[in-house]
Amino acid sequence: MPNAVSALNGKAFSGFAQITEAGLQGMITLRGDLASPVIAEAVRAATGTPVPGPRQVVSAGGKSALWMSPDELLLLVPYADAAGIAAQLTPALSGEHALAVNVSDARAMFRIQGAKAAQVLQKLAPVDFDTLGADEVRRSRLAQVAAAMWKSGPDEFTVIGFRSVAGYIMGLLENAALPGSEIA
Amino acid sequence: MSTRLARGGRLIDRSKPITISFNGRRMPAFLGDTLASAVLANDQMMVGRSFKYHRPRGIMASGAEEPNALVGLGAGPRFEPNQRMTTTEAFDGAETASQNHWPSLEFDIGAINNKFSRFLPGGFYYKTFMWPRSFWKNVYEPFIRQSAGLGKVPTDRDADRYEQAYAYADVVVVGAGIAGLTAALGAARSGKRVIVLEMTPACGGRAVVDGFAIDGQPAEGWVAAAVDTLRGMDNVTLMTRTMATGLYDHGYLMAAQRIADHTPGDGRPKQRLWRIRTAEVITATGAIERPLSFAGNDIPGVMLAAAVRDYAVNYGISIGDRTVIVTNNDDAYRTALALLDAGLTVPAVIDARPTVTGALPQAVRDRGVRVLEGRGIAKVHGGKRVTGVEVCVQAGEGAMIEELGCDCVAMSGGWSPVVHLWSHCGGKLLWDEARAMFRPDANRPPLGADGRGMVRAVGAANGMLTPDEVLTDAHAAFGDGTAPQTNAPDEARMEPVWIMPQGAGPKLRAKMWLDPQNDVKVSDVQLAAREGYESVEHTKRYTTLGMATDQGKISNINGLAVLSDALHQQIPATGTTTFRPPYTPLTLGTIAAEARGEIFQPLRRTPIHEWHEAHGVEWEPVGLWRRPFCYKRAGETTHAAVNREVRNTRTNLGLLDASTLGKILVKGPDAGKFLDMLYTGVMSTLPVGKCRYGLMCNEQGFLSDDGVVVRLSEDSWLCHTTSGGADRIHGWMEDWLQCEWWDWKVYTANLTEQFAQIAVVGPNARKVLEKLGGMDVSKATLPFMTFAEGQLGGFNARVFRISFSGELSYEIAVPASEGRAFWEKLIEAGQEFGVMPYGTECLHILRAEKGFIMIGDETDGTVIPQDLNMAWAISKKKPDYLGKRGQERSFLASPDRWKLVGLETLDGSVLPEGAYAVAPGVNANGQRNVQGRVTSTYFSPTLNRGIAMGLVKHGPDRMGEVLDFPGDGGKVHQARIVDQVFYDKEGAKNDA
Repeated sequence: MPNAVSALNGKAFSGFAQITEAGLQGMITLRGDLASPVIAEAVRAATGTPVPGPRQVVSAGGKSALWMSPDELLLLVPYADAAGIAAQLTPALSGEHALAVNVSDARAMFRIQGAKAAQVLQKLAPVDFDTLGADEVRRSRLAQVAAAMWKSGPDEFTVIGFRSVAGYIMGLLENAALPGSEIA
Repeated sequence: MSTRLARGGRLIDRSKPITISFNGRRMPAFLGDTLASAVLANDQMMVGRSFKYHRPRGIMASGAEEPNALVGLGAGPRFEPNQRMTTTEAFDGAETASQNHWPSLEFDIGAINNKFSRFLPGGFYYKTFMWPRSFWKNVYEPFIRQSAGLGKVPTDRDADRYEQAYAYADVVVVGAGIAGLTAALGAARSGKRVIVLEMTPACGGRAVVDGFAIDGQPAEGWVAAAVDTLRGMDNVTLMTRTMATGLYDHGYLMAAQRIADHTPGDGRPKQRLWRIRTAEVITATGAIERPLSFAGNDIPGVMLAAAVRDYAVNYGISIGDRTVIVTNNDDAYRTALALLDAGLTVPAVIDARPTVTGALPQAVRDRGVRVLEGRGIAKVHGGKRVTGVEVCVQAGEGAMIEELGCDCVAMSGGWSPVVHLWSHCGGKLLWDEARAMFRPDANRPPLGADGRGMVRAVGAANGMLTPDEVLTDAHAAFGDGTAPQTNAPDEARMEPVWIMPQGAGPKLRAKMWLDPQNDVKVSDVQLAAREGYESVEHTKRYTTLGMATDQGKISNINGLAVLSDALHQQIPATGTTTFRPPYTPLTLGTIAAEARGEIFQPLRRTPIHEWHEAHGVEWEPVGLWRRPFCYKRAGETTHAAVNREVRNTRTNLGLLDASTLGKILVKGPDAGKFLDMLYTGVMSTLPVGKCRYGLMCNEQGFLSDDGVVVRLSEDSWLCHTTSGGADRIHGWMEDWLQCEWWDWKVYTANLTEQFAQIAVVGPNARKVLEKLGGMDVSKATLPFMTFAEGQLGGFNARVFRISFSGELSYEIAVPASEGRAFWEKLIEAGQEFGVMPYGTECLHILRAEKGFIMIGDETDGTVIPQDLNMAWAISKKKPDYLGKRGQERSFLASPDRWKLVGLETLDGSVLPEGAYAVAPGVNANGQRNVQGRVTSTYFSPTLNRGIAMGLVKHGPDRMGEVLDFPGDGGKVHQARIVDQVFYDKEGAKNDA
């Protein structure tokens, strides 16, 4: 654990919006029947949140649960706790057809901050940010790679992508946030 | 001469002078000018030469329909060819150069083609370049290539940047003339999310030039108020300088926004491509004026009538002191009035209609201008510019009645609605006989996802040409109440005129240009019809009509009317050519947008990527990954580095970054059953903690991927795939689970990037792991093909005792975030054991020495496991697996298939890659018969000679036979068929 370094080690860029690689973040993929009370209990135990509805993100006390697909959630927990929580989920889900696995190291997370943060993403993702709900997570793409994104604050978006393409994602975000390229 | 008037020019700012250059000549202009108005202000009538005959070409139009005025703009990294002067904004310091002439615009050698124009008729290319056949390669093609294309290709890397952006709307209104503004106001007031796209910098379209009043106020004021209202609404986005270029399925609209075209180098993106999804599109794209076909209508100074008044009103430009107007409609009389208002003279209006009684003609007559009824132009005088016209009877054959001296001819053959966007996605047109135009058929619109029309055309784009018609039509799109009213006078009917005069003979017809850029004349289209071309699409390609960079915006309707006449059929029977996007050319930079340089394509990096980079790596692309091919030391060749890595791994200790290997978790009560279907072998019986090598085939039976499967727990397996196969195999698994076996209880998760995986290989492998400590990695506790999880040197590790090299080998997976640290720890701990990192080429050689197959080398999509003597990996007991039925088909079950063997050259050399083994005789095509081919070939540093594997007909039954492999330069390589395992056949080293 002391050896752990996130994909870009917190790289940051200041354009018309602030781009930051958000460092190590615990993430757990949970697949199963999202209507099951056993799953609901396991999610509450892991994150303190209910099971999110379709395309929803729910948060409590610094942990979140993101709806990924009709049978998949992504749980956000502190990095140091992820392996332990994932390990506890498996017995908690015994008897249930479910899969819980730590994917913290397979991902990279970014924050885009500023009054025009949405414009950065508007150039890269086919997403209608004007109608994106405050608690809505969108699985889409940034240019050529898969990404999930949501509005994580008044002037802030959070993006999750794959670790191996973190450099590409950072390059995209920096380019899209270059001063002078604001949309109106 | 053309010049700037002392007054006027609503779009230019006379307080902001700028200077541009044209062919090196400096020209004063004003901010707000287009390149066209800027050169016209400086008497530059001639701006280029035509494509085929190199005839002098002047500016004809004032908008996107301009066929002639294309220039190279800028220099070096900002040079762009084929910029349309009429739509390109002038800026201080703009350098422009005309195109398609040599050595100069004024004196051009290619113009000699003009003298021989009767030998260069329509279809010339097809007729001339047919024979003799041998001339094609050496004579015709170089000639055509040299003369092909108008502009020069930029040679420097583009200095500008481009981007794309996505937008969403309920309604996109294309065009901010009075029709578009009216429709947009209606839509916006009903609460819809509206985007308005205007291609020019200013809104208002023709109305502000034509100068009538709307609801009691001048059009200019009405437009300004409408724009202000729209800009003040939160649900409206109005973008100027934005060209809607194409409409696609389900309301997907592309639009190119020019951001810094007119302010190069100011740090902003040059252009932005908008990708808009909208529920509905309103096309308020206006109409394009038609030229008239009379002899000499291509001479500089012959212009569209509305363009002449655009230049006068918008830019304060006089094309000439004396402008003769020739028309078949009332609208062109507005040009006469605008010119008279500017203090210029109009010697006469030549009107093809027998009687002219409208209000606009009357207003012109009232100002003392002669209106010549029932007349036409027989011929235009002039070379590089107009000097006069011969007037004739329109109904006759062209005998001159009188000659009028003039510097400009303003022609109007009526208007054609801009139906491009409507047509891009399947909207149909109807021929409106009364208006003599194709216009959108509201009953057959382009359909959206719900099967209902997704486009409505309004205003002139819908064929409504008078201001009141335009506003009524546009208002009806969304508004209630009454439409805005104008004070514009009624207009009398236009009368279609396709050639002038009607009875013109061959000599005149050969000088009537339809397509001035590509030099297609009335006579060419008529010739095509005589030669049997009946389809308008065929005629287009045969004559090149409408194939120039303007894509026939002004030429198409006249051309197909001439064709219809020649075919003795009605115009709708001929139909139109297909309208395809983009409406105007898009620069490739705008399409590529951000995808250039570092972010041209995603580059996948392992957690150890930067370490490799710092240690002499030579990269190899593997999918989107970069993997080390080898690590070169100072002064070392690639070959030497690879050999060193092989020898060291065989004798000491090698480390391989295997993080790119696919790692897919498969879990659930039916996971074993699922894997038994996916793999040719049995995975359900694998004990927990054990590893098994497996093959995957597609439904046809061909080998698709391979890898080691690990039983992690009672209900979970970890499937290793090839580096390139991870995403594909994960998709393959999900495809079967979601679409075919949806009721099987199996979940998968692609964990490829969760782990950094490092292969620790060589006789000292165990020693270094024991030095790290924390886990028992002894042969007794962790024998070959087993797996254990624990702490290794303080790292959480999964240790797989597997080997792809034939050496004692462990593959160790640690969390990706700790991968770099673990790698460095191994390098440090391995120093005393002779550790060296090795790359993919070493990996390949190690596996080839052991006779292991590689997906993509031994397989190519046509190879089944049985071809590779891998029947041992196929379960005979299982009732089914993917590929089983395919493998039972006669061709795949044939005993005559090529099978895997080892190959050993007689002289120890290395066989060429992909070489074929020849067999006696020739096949039906006269080619030598073949009996096998090389699939992998390397120099083996271990054996100090070339080794290879190949697929050979009946190969395993022919051990010891020598085959001939012809190579380059007539050399024949001879190789003996041998066992494919060249090294440690009994596997003692592996099992150490």
